[in-house]
Amino acid sequence: MATVSEHPEKAAAYIADRSRSRWHDGALWFVRSKRDRMAHSLPEWEQLRSTASQIKAHTIANLPEILQQFEANAKARGVHVHWAADAQEHNEIVLEIVRKQNATRVVKSKSMLTEECHLNPHLEAGGIEVIDTDLGERIVQMRGERPSHIVLPAIHIKKEEVGETFAKYLGTEPGASDPQYLTEAARQHLRSKFLEAEVGITGVNFAIAETGGFVVCTNEGNADLGASLPRVHIACMGIEKLIPRLVDLSVFVRLLARSATGQPITTYTSHFHGPRPGCELHIVLVDNGRSRIRDSDEFRSALGCIRCGACMNTCPVFRRSGGHSYDAVVPGPIGSVLSPAADTKQHRSLPYACSLCGSCTDVCPVKIPLHHQLLTWRQQIAAQGLLPVSKTAAMRAGSMLFQHPRIYALAGALGRRALRWLPKSWVYNRANPWGLDRDLPEPPAESFRSWWQTNRQGTSVDEGMKSKEAKNGK
Amino acid sequence: MGSRARDSRQAILDRLRSREVTPVELPAIFGDDSISQVAIGFDDPATQFAGTVEAVGGLCLQVGSMQEVLNKLEQDEVYRDAARRCSLVGDEIPGNVNLQEIEDPHELSSLDFLIARAEFGVAENGAMWITDRDIRHRASLFITQHLALVVSRQSILCNMHQAYERIGQPETPFGVFIAGPSKTADIEQSLVLGAHGCRTLTVFLVDEPA
Repeated sequence: MATVSEHPEKAAAYIADRSRSRWHDGALWFVRSKRDRMAHSLPEWEQLRSTASQIKAHTIANLPEILQQFEANAKARGVHVHWAADAQEHNEIVLEIVRKQNATRVVKSKSMLTEECHLNPHLEAGGIEVIDTDLGERIVQMRGERPSHIVLPAIHIKKEEVGETFAKYLGTEPGASDPQYLTEAARQHLRSKFLEAEVGITGVNFAIAETGGFVVCTNEGNADLGASLPRVHIACMGIEKLIPRLVDLSVFVRLLARSATGQPITTYTSHFHGPRPGCELHIVLVDNGRSRIRDSDEFRSALGCIRCGACMNTCPVFRRSGGHSYDAVVPGPIGSVLSPAADTKQHRSLPYACSLCGSCTDVCPVKIPLHHQLLTWRQQIAAQGLLPVSKTAAMRAGSMLFQHPRIYALAGALGRRALRWLPKSWVYNRANPWGLDRDLPEPPAESFRSWWQTNRQGTSVDEGMKSKEAKNGK
Repeated sequence: MGSRARDSRQAILDRLRSREVTPVELPAIFGDDSISQVAIGFDDPATQFAGTVEAVGGLCLQVGSMQEVLNKLEQDEVYRDAARRCSLVGDEIPGNVNLQEIEDPHELSSLDFLIARAEFGVAENGAMWITDRDIRHRASLFITQHLALVVSRQSILCNMHQAYERIGQPETPFGVFIAGPSKTADIEQSLVLGAHGCRTLTVFLVDEPA
């Protein structure tokens, strides 16, 4: 069982480096701005989102039928279809396919599912070399880190740091930081890996029930080389990646890259409908908790996520605190919805890593009501008794205060005096986490209530207010 | 994998069936009130396409004939310097690598230049559709250092809805939309062309009957 991880603690280290936090914020806001320009360039953007949302809702409602239709059509095209109930089973299936080839070298393109299942360590323990071929993923793999963003895995790393890593592992010039030069070094290194590999593993962006095929989108072409050079291609996908019809792709392909990076489409959008002659194509369908999310009326629509990362790029908390602070494979707003569904206790702090600004909901291309779901999680986490005492005690005190106007007035009067007269160390200490990064406001000389009595009593336009005050014994 | 995998299959399906979910109607993509009705269109799709190709990092040359394609290629330094060239567009453009004679795609690792034909292009995003119908090795499209695609001016569609309507049902095991050269922005968001796939993409927009 993993230990409980608290977002504020994990974020603190990242925020402490102010210039890095600001730089990260700016880099993601730049991507968000490109997304906006793309969204505004299509007059039908909102209809696209609604159509996508409806297609996904239909798919999730009819998932068992759609999965079986996909399986039958894929098999008819000569594809091997495997089913995995959980991460462990997924890893075993993949290792077994690799072993059957007597293979020891695997190239992998970016796949959040294989990250979620921790496939790399499983294959490595089985004596298999696994090379992540997306440049950002390769960088974090060399550094022994995890991706911090689902679309931009190395967004938290500076080019000088990439230079250091490449000098160590690829023999580039020490001190080099030119992205063009470093990318060229990675190209040469990874080409040799593509040519050596006996098996290529890719993720799946969309799988089509009607045709039994699937689509993979990349800008670098790494999935395409990994799928077209080795004799065996294994595609790993969550069961929620399905769409019913080939024409549905027209909707999702238009939304995906525009939402993700502000491009009109990714460089390569590859459609796989069967193995190459004399080769093998395997698809692994993975549940790993997805059917449980489908059971929930509150969170079901989160299964429609197409992993564009737009909610991360727009989130003010993510932009400043960095993806690693979420301690989850999928960070940001959508990760804060999905992670507690997998393990509520471990990820109980994530729904609070949110200002409820609603921006994630506004940009989501499939209209997942993310900030509503985060609020729902807060209620469920409180109801399950998973809140830390610091929060529950404050909530209880707040509730008592708001239910008793006299105590509220008294607390206000005391607070105004206390803030004025108490020494700073009495106010700003461990009992007041709010004060860690903020100064409390200068207290006003009088309360709003007494100001009202002096200035507006009897002249109120709001009779309801007056009668309420009268009832309260004023 | 035998029986356990079959068990998991049944377990997943049973689990999904145990929870009835309110049905949602599948929206129409074509026809009245559908997304394709309101999707963006262009008065001159070919001109829009040419602009979008350049915006995604490609070079678009508008030509009248295949002879003109050859003339342009011969003026191109990248093509002139290419030692191993492969042409899939017919005898007008000569090549010295024949995909049909190659058994193993790994032999293509030293391919410098590939010129192929795309079935159609899409104005809204500069993408071109290519299948493996006439391409023996899919890998050639991705492994070549430089890629040139020939696409008919008359084949340019406005948007992706029209594109998938035209594709219909896939007849070959592989099809790909290519828009621009291979690229990455994984190092500090700096755009670099030529990540794993082609370093340059040249598009010849040819005026010919569709």
